[in-house]
Amino acid sequence: MLAALLASAASSGRDLANASAWAVFLVGAAMILTGAFGVILLRNPVHCALMLIITLFGVALEFIDQSADFLAAVQIIVYAGAVVIVFLFVIMFLGVDRREAAGPEATKFQKPLALILGVVALIEILILSGVTKWVSGQPSVAGALNGPGENVQKLGQSIYTRYLLPFEMTAALLVIAVVSAVVLSRRRQPSASELSSTEQEHLAAGEREPQ
Amino acid sequence: MTVPGAWYLVLAAVLFGLGATGLLIRRNVLVMFMCVELMLNAVNLTFVTFARLLNDVGGQASVFFVLVVAAAEVVVGLAIIVAMFRRRAAATADDIHALKG
Repeated sequence: MLAALLASAASSGRDLANASAWAVFLVGAAMILTGAFGVILLRNPVHCALMLIITLFGVALEFIDQSADFLAAVQIIVYAGAVVIVFLFVIMFLGVDRREAAGPEATKFQKPLALILGVVALIEILILSGVTKWVSGQPSVAGALNGPGENVQKLGQSIYTRYLLPFEMTAALLVIAVVSAVVLSRRRQPSASELSSTEQEHLAAGEREPQ
Repeated sequence: MTVPGAWYLVLAAVLFGLGATGLLIRRNVLVMFMCVELMLNAVNLTFVTFARLLNDVGGQASVFFVLVVAAAEVVVGLAIIVAMFRRRAAATADDIHALKG
């Protein structure tokens, strides 16, 4: 949308739009890579979460560069606004930042092996995409995207007509997730003041066994 | 909108590779979770790119659903991590067996 705005504003037209699209792409790419390396390399989980925000904003920039306005907004609101905040909340709540990197390595060569595996996976993806065509397939199966009209309207119409059943299933999924979160984080035992002394002893004996 | 789609796809592939590497390298479960988010974002970027290249609104609808699933996944995953902390004050991937029933 930024590129489109600049394009409409520029009297010279195509050159400036082209340059601005590239600029947005490069800035977004730099943010994405900086944030991704930060998440992988930094020791403190709080710093990792903040680096994740940089990556998510970079991805939102790339969405804007490709005229996915609604998804860019949702990306920032849902990811940077909700998911990362929940991450930070859990980190602060549990005090994980103080206990990082304690204990011996479980597997001796975990890091070099992981590095090799990651690089091999990356090279595989790039080679696979290099030997095949980048884009193949039927265009506009679920409806045209690039024509005139608002991005939000097209996306909304698609979700509420063609993708109505998946949409309702995501609603059910969210409810299930909320219920499961409550069940998982609920404390099982009632408060000690509500129990008699024998019940308390019973509870203490039961607590030592793994459930 | 003049950046070729291949650039976005390469960027998404690199981001996915970085996320996978981080998932394998790190032992802190929270950071491993963040690396999963990186991989999900890489896939979202490819979805949006293909939606533009193929002129298909289905790609963007898929990103919408991936966002919802990612949010649900974070809710459940963090609840599991909190439960893990209740049993044992550590958050490495090796401590998950503390949740054995």
